[in-house]
Formats: sequence, C-alpha cells, structure tokens
Amino acid sequence: MSATRPAPDYELVVGLEVHVQLRTRTKIFCPCPTDFGAPPNANTCPVCLALPGALPVLNAHAVQLAVRTALALECTVHRTSVFARKNYFYPDLPKGYQISQFDQPIATAGRLDIGEAAGGAPRVIGITRAHMEEDAGKSVHDRFPSVTAIDLNRAGTPLVEIVSEPDIRTPAEARAYCGRLKEILEYTGVSDANMEEGSLRVDANVSVRLRGATALGTKTEIKNMNSFSGVERAIAVEFERQCARLEAGEAIVQQTLLWDATRQEVRPARSKEGSHDYRYFPDPDLPPLILDAAFIAHERASLPELPAARRTRMQAQYAVSPYEAGVLTASRALADYFEAVAAALGDGKPAANWIMGEVLAHLNNAGTTIAEFAVPPADLASLLALVRDGTVSNSAAKRIFARMTQGEGAPAAIAEREGLTQVRDDGALVAWVDEVWAAHPDEATRLAAGEKKLLGVLVGAVMKRSGGRADPRRVNQLLAAKLSG
Amino acid sequence: MNDEALQLPAATLARRVGAGDRSSLATTDAAFARSQAVGAGPDGLNIFLGHDREWSRAEAEAIDARVVRGESVGPLAGVPVAVKDNLATVHLPTTCGSRILEGYRSPFEATAVRRLREAGAVVVGKTNMDEFAMGSSTESSAYGPTRNPRAPDRVPGGSSGGSAAAVAAGIVPIALGSETGGSVRQPAAFCGITGIKPTYGRVSRYGLVAYGSSLDHVGVMGRTVDDAALGLQVIAGYDGRDATCLDVPVPDYRSAASSSMAGVVIGRPREYFPASLDPRVREACDAALDALRAAGAEVRDVSLPHTALAIPAYYIVAPAEASSNLARFDGARYGLRLSGEGLRGMYESTRSRGFGAEVTRRILLGTYVLSAGYYDAYYRKAMEVRRLITNDFAAVFGAGVHALVTPTTPTPAFRLGEVSDPYEMYLSDVFTVTANLAGVPAMSVPAGFVDALPIGVQVIAPHFGEHAMLGVAYALERALGVGGAR
Repeated sequence: MSATRPAPDYELVVGLEVHVQLRTRTKIFCPCPTDFGAPPNANTCPVCLALPGALPVLNAHAVQLAVRTALALECTVHRTSVFARKNYFYPDLPKGYQISQFDQPIATAGRLDIGEAAGGAPRVIGITRAHMEEDAGKSVHDRFPSVTAIDLNRAGTPLVEIVSEPDIRTPAEARAYCGRLKEILEYTGVSDANMEEGSLRVDANVSVRLRGATALGTKTEIKNMNSFSGVERAIAVEFERQCARLEAGEAIVQQTLLWDATRQEVRPARSKEGSHDYRYFPDPDLPPLILDAAFIAHERASLPELPAARRTRMQAQYAVSPYEAGVLTASRALADYFEAVAAALGDGKPAANWIMGEVLAHLNNAGTTIAEFAVPPADLASLLALVRDGTVSNSAAKRIFARMTQGEGAPAAIAEREGLTQVRDDGALVAWVDEVWAAHPDEATRLAAGEKKLLGVLVGAVMKRSGGRADPRRVNQLLAAKLSG
Repeated sequence: MNDEALQLPAATLARRVGAGDRSSLATTDAAFARSQAVGAGPDGLNIFLGHDREWSRAEAEAIDARVVRGESVGPLAGVPVAVKDNLATVHLPTTCGSRILEGYRSPFEATAVRRLREAGAVVVGKTNMDEFAMGSSTESSAYGPTRNPRAPDRVPGGSSGGSAAAVAAGIVPIALGSETGGSVRQPAAFCGITGIKPTYGRVSRYGLVAYGSSLDHVGVMGRTVDDAALGLQVIAGYDGRDATCLDVPVPDYRSAASSSMAGVVIGRPREYFPASLDPRVREACDAALDALRAAGAEVRDVSLPHTALAIPAYYIVAPAEASSNLARFDGARYGLRLSGEGLRGMYESTRSRGFGAEVTRRILLGTYVLSAGYYDAYYRKAMEVRRLITNDFAAVFGAGVHALVTPTTPTPAFRLGEVSDPYEMYLSDVFTVTANLAGVPAMSVPAGFVDALPIGVQVIAPHFGEHAMLGVAYALERALGVGGAR
C-alpha cells in the first residue's frame, strides 16, 4: 500500500493547513492564562465567555510571535493586516464568531525547504499565508450522559494558521514538511509545537490528478491526525482511496474526512447542517493591525539561526557529517549544548561523538532532555580534554561521566578522587610489566615464540594489575620492547 | 413632592454634597420620591427597567460617610444618575430591553458606569430602551414603551428613551445613553433636554452591549448643557479594555461655557434643511443660527453632498454588525434558554422567542447583506458610502467651518403607535446617523417648541472637537434658555 502503488498514472497533490498555538502566557484577546490542564472553564473571563459588553484587546506578545513565525518561514510580513469575524453557530464558539484574519492576513508568500534535512537536493514547499486567529473551546460529549459539556479554557488561545501551497507530492513529503515546520517553531521559541497536547494541529487537503495535468482535482480535507506518522499514513490511505474511486469511474466528493488511527482509515466527518457561509467581515472591535517597519526589522534581526542554516554551518565548522549535524540539531537546546562543548574543547568531532553516544544514551535511559541535563558543557569539555591529553583513558572517562551525571563535580576532581587518572610513568609501568611477565611465564614464552594474540592477554593483565590506570599504549610499547629485548 | 436639590446644576449639587452641605442620601431619596411623584413606574411613564432603592441608598450613605471622613468624593458627589439598560452594571440587571436577557446580571461593570460611580454619582435605576437599542421610540422594548414626560401620549424617542425621560421628568440631572444612529440626540430633542454623542473613541464602549460596534457610542444626557458636559468630563478618556478607545487628552469641557462666539464659523448644511422640512422646525433652527450670529459667529451655507445616502448605508452597516454581535445570545451560557429538538432546536426556539420583531428584522437583514454573493453589493458598498460621508465632513471642517448646526429631527415627538412602518421610523434618524457613520461628535440642544412639543437643534463638530461643540451649545442655551424655553 505504498503511495506509488495504485496507478502510476495518478499524482498526489497535498496542501497542509497547520494550526500552531503560540507560546504566550495569556490568551490572544484577554488576560486569561493559556495553561494546559486547568479545571474546565477555570481559565475564562467576560471576554472569552463572550458576556454582553465585553470587548477583545489584542495581545502584543501574540503578534510578536506570529511575526517571528512568518519571518522564519520567509514570508512577507504585512504592515497592515485586518482581523475579521468568521460567523457560525456552535456551542464551543461563545461569540458566535471566530476572530480570524481573512483577506488581509499578517503574512503571505513564504517557503519551507524540506529537502535539506536529508542532505539531498532542495525541495521547496510554498507557504501561501500565515494568519492569526483565536482557538475555539472544546465540546465534551462523553463526560455526562446525554448532554454535551463545554469547556472554554481553550477559547481565545492564540493561533497562527500556516497554509501551504499544494506543492506536496508524497505522504513522506507531508511528514517531512511537518517535521521541518515543528523544528522551526521550536527553534524560534514561538510554540511548543506538541501534537499530543494540541499545540500543533495538521489538516491535509488531498487531491489526485493524472500525472502531467495542471488543473487540480477535487479535494478532500482530512482532520483528526494526531501524529506526524498519522499524517503520512492518512494521506497515503486517502490517496489510495481517491485513486480507487477514479479507477472505478466514480467522482471524488468534496468533503471533510476524519482519520481513525486505530482502524487506519478515513471516514466522513459528521456533516454540520447545511453548507457554511461564514459571512466574513472586518471585526469592528479591533482596529487594523499596523506594524512598524522597525518592529519587523527588529524581529528579523533577532531571529535565531534556523536549523537548516545551522546544520550547513556545523558541517563546515566542526567537520561533522550531514547525518551527525541532523542528530545534533534535533532540538535547539541540544545543538546549543553541542556547540558550547565544541567551543570549550576547541574541537567538534570528539564533542559530537560523545554527545551522540554517551550523552544521548544517558538522556534516553533517564527519560529526560538536554534542558534538564546536569552536566554543564564546560565540564563535559574538560572531561574530553582529559581524554585527549591522555590524563584519563576512554573507559575511565565513561566512569567519570557517569559520576558527573550524578552531580559529583568536575571531571578532574572525580578522576583524582577515584584514582582514575592514567599512569604514564615508566618506572611504575615497567614494574607492572615485569611482575606480569614473571607471573605468566607460559604466556610470555608463547608470545615470545610468536603467538601474537597473547599480547592482548598480557596487556589486559597489566591493566588489571594497575587498577585500569596504566596507559595501554605505553604498556604495549613496553611489552613489545621486552620481546625484542 | 419636589426637591430643590434635583433642580440644581449637577456641578453645584456635587459641590454641596462634597462640602457636607447637602446629604447624598437625602438627594437619593428625593430622586426616588420624584420618580414616584411623576409616575415613572410601569403603569405610568415606564422609565425604569431596574432599580434597587436600598442599594442606591447604601451607595449614597457611603458617599456621605466619605464626606464626613474628609475624603474627596469627586465631581459628581451625590448626584443621582440613570443608566441605560444596555450598559453593564453589577448590582442591577442588564436586560437591553429584551426578553433574552431578562434578569441577566453582569459580573463586571461598564467603564462609563464605573467612572460615574468613582466620581461619586449614585445610580438610581436602569432605564428602558428599544430592544438592543434598535428603534427610535422606545416602543420596541420587550417591557413596554416609555412615555414622554412632556406629553405622555407621545414617545420619548429612542432608543435611549428611558434615560431622556428620567432627565426630562426631573428625576436625575444626568443620565447615560447610547447611540448607534441618533439614540441619544433624538430622544434628547423629543424630551427637551441636552444629549451628547461624543467622538467615536472618546468614551470607552467596554460594558456597552454591542449593537453595531463601529457605530456604537456611549452618550450622556443632561438637563442642561453644563450637566451633560460634566457627565462627559467624567466618562471620557482612554480605556485599555476597548481597542477602539483612543488615548487623546480630555480637555476641561465645562470651560467651554465661557467660549466666545466671535470669529466662530458655523456651517448650515443645506441637505439638512430640505424643502420638505416642517417650516416650524426650519424656523426654530434658523432662530438658533440667528442667535449665534448675534453672539458674533459667522454663519455659512455649506453642503454635505452624500447626506442622502446615510440612511441606506446605516441600515446595511448597523444590521450587518448586529447580526454578528447578537449571535452570542444562543441560550448556551446565559440569558434565556428554551429547549427544542437538539442543538439547532435550542437555538431556534431561544432566539425566535427571545428576540422581538425589530431585532429579528435587523438580524435577518444583516445576515443577508453579509452573505456570500451579496457582500460586495451591500456591505462593501455601504462602507464606501460611509467613507464619502466622512469625507464630506472633513471637507467642510477643513474649509474653516468650526461646527455645523442642523435640526436634530425632522419632527417633534410622535404619538405612541403612530409610526408603524419600519422605514418611516428609520427616517426619524435622517439628520443624526451621519455623525455615527463619520464618528464625529454631535449633540442636541433644546431649540424651542412645535405644537408645544420640544424640538432640538444639533451641533456637529470635527473629531475630538467636543470643546468647540460645547462652546456653541452653551451659547445656544444662553440665547434660547434652558430647555429652549426662553
């Protein structure tokens, strides 16, 4: 059931609409908190309850985050944008309209390269527009028997809706788009971008056409996908379904479909009665949003380096592979950590190896993230410096690292305290070699006779006698000297 | 029973209360006594939709106690005021004259009301109004019409008819009203008092239950120009809770009382004096213009060429916004809820029985003009007309005219039930809707009588030109007498 299976004649055409919850402390038009998980209707006030006489006032932080999002997606940010009312009746929409942006959105005409991350050729997906809007509340159908409960905590949560051009051609591209977008949203700090908590929601407009055709086919809209793999799967399933219908000579019906992750199928949404005419008009309670050119310039200047650019730079600066750069930029915090270690150490490669190996393994086992990691970058750099100059062995370094993660202090101090520094003093080493040589006469004789594999056994014995502290390279040299001597 | 305190200028009364020379409690009691004496109750003038005498007395006692403690109690100390029932109040219900909000209590207070109370005013009642401020006679109230205290068989005008009647009946010197198309100025004219619609953005709309948000204004009525100016002084100014409220300094409005008319240029827009105008209304207005001329003003004939388009544009923009603003009255969270079959049934029965005929008519009209395929022909076109009307005012004021003087209404108050055709009713706002569409300040001042019924003359000024507007109004009142009775 791969995306290319049904008929080579058909081409998949997908555009994605992504709703992003902006990471503000308060709602978009009132001072209510946006905390996730508050008791039902705890985070409400006259404005978000739509009490008579209450009025919306735009949250400046939400505007700032929306502008930052748009700039990160290389959109044109408009100096003037207009909030409009999208009118429809629903119990979780307290005003009977949603405040959104319609024909004058805050940003248009952006782009997102989804090719770069795989190290391949650029693959640019166009961004049609990004607009600000408020979220609706939540209808709860399963909490009380035979009635619907309404929780308006979410009503008025600030969102940016990012609409892509219908440029996506495979389910995998759709997933890659989501992944790149999430990464940018996290990097710029505009959103938690968490699908499970609903701070990132993806709807897909899916149509098919004969390959080579330019006109778009009739589209369906898929909702209710709760993971990126779900997005990929749902689009693949819907592609297959549409192809099968066309093959059978049936028309595609324009409709909204819901993804059922359990049954791995799409099914039509409960149709809201009649077709919607949202009767958009400019919201008279909110003057047009006028952005100062200096404000936009400031936001542009204060954008962090975006993940794609960072990966490219890291490959050149630290001689890491595209794959390594990808792993190390999985989150902004991890990349920051890596670069801090690399800078302190003056060398990227060992920093990359350690972070991708020991550090990620530790975080994984501990079920935590780099943000909560106890070892400061400077301490990890110190440890790697001890390895580099031979003060500690690689295996000793792993034991020291384990103690560092427990917060036991700087690596040199741990090494000293635990006696993990490497012994490179020939006086001590020769004594240990001689003792081992004397204690293992049989192996010594066979080694001298040319049984090379026994060298390792004897080195191991020296290491054991030294409590793991002997410099193995020097031990090798001393044993070799004994043979030749 | 009458009480001389209620006849005092509000500023004087407040000064006396603040100085401890006059009890706020006694003044409040006098207002309630006056209300009873004039028959303000539902069987009489039907002025109030909500009041709570004990609460008002407690408010008054608190003022008196602060005076005793030597605290400063504000420029409205002890002044009884009435508040239109579409302004949110915490203690008294806010019904908007509608069944759908019967008994509704707001958990928050409108900014204008809060400012009145913080200035020491004592709210004695919420006043009757056309349902959701949709009307020009107070006859569309779900709680029955208000009668005009000057002629009880006549309407007081509307939609702020209850507030106008409360002032005209001598119960309060100051009342809050609201305007979307003339709902303060027209009832002020019909009741022989002063009514001010300030510049859009001058007074916060926070807590004003929305009808047509881009046209809605909180306005103030006074027994005299000075009472109204004092009320405006207290409620004007920036409020961070209303994004359309502007941060513009508030001048001392009452200082306009000493403005000279010498060198002031008054425009007489010919479109407001059509050939069909009742000659007695025309004469009254021209007499007012003569008085201003005598006081030193220059009067110029001017033209506002798009005036005739105002009523059609208004009856597209206002219902369009209303259809959206009134969507929140769905039975889900507050107010009336009637059950029906499923969700849609609840919406249909709640809204079809909760709203009266005029409100339903305007919601339907507004829904229609915003519908796909009609938006450009109606709403967009109306907004273009609105721009033209605004430009008309800008051109006249830009050419050196300081204020315009026109009739407030084409006729004096009509009889209850006399105007039954909605369109004929809409035409009673023909001279007032322009200022709402353009957002310029305008006010009505008593200009005499026609058939022993009060009529008003309207003064219109440029945006934030309230001080100049009041200067003309004070001059008119000096020349024509309080209530136009000279």
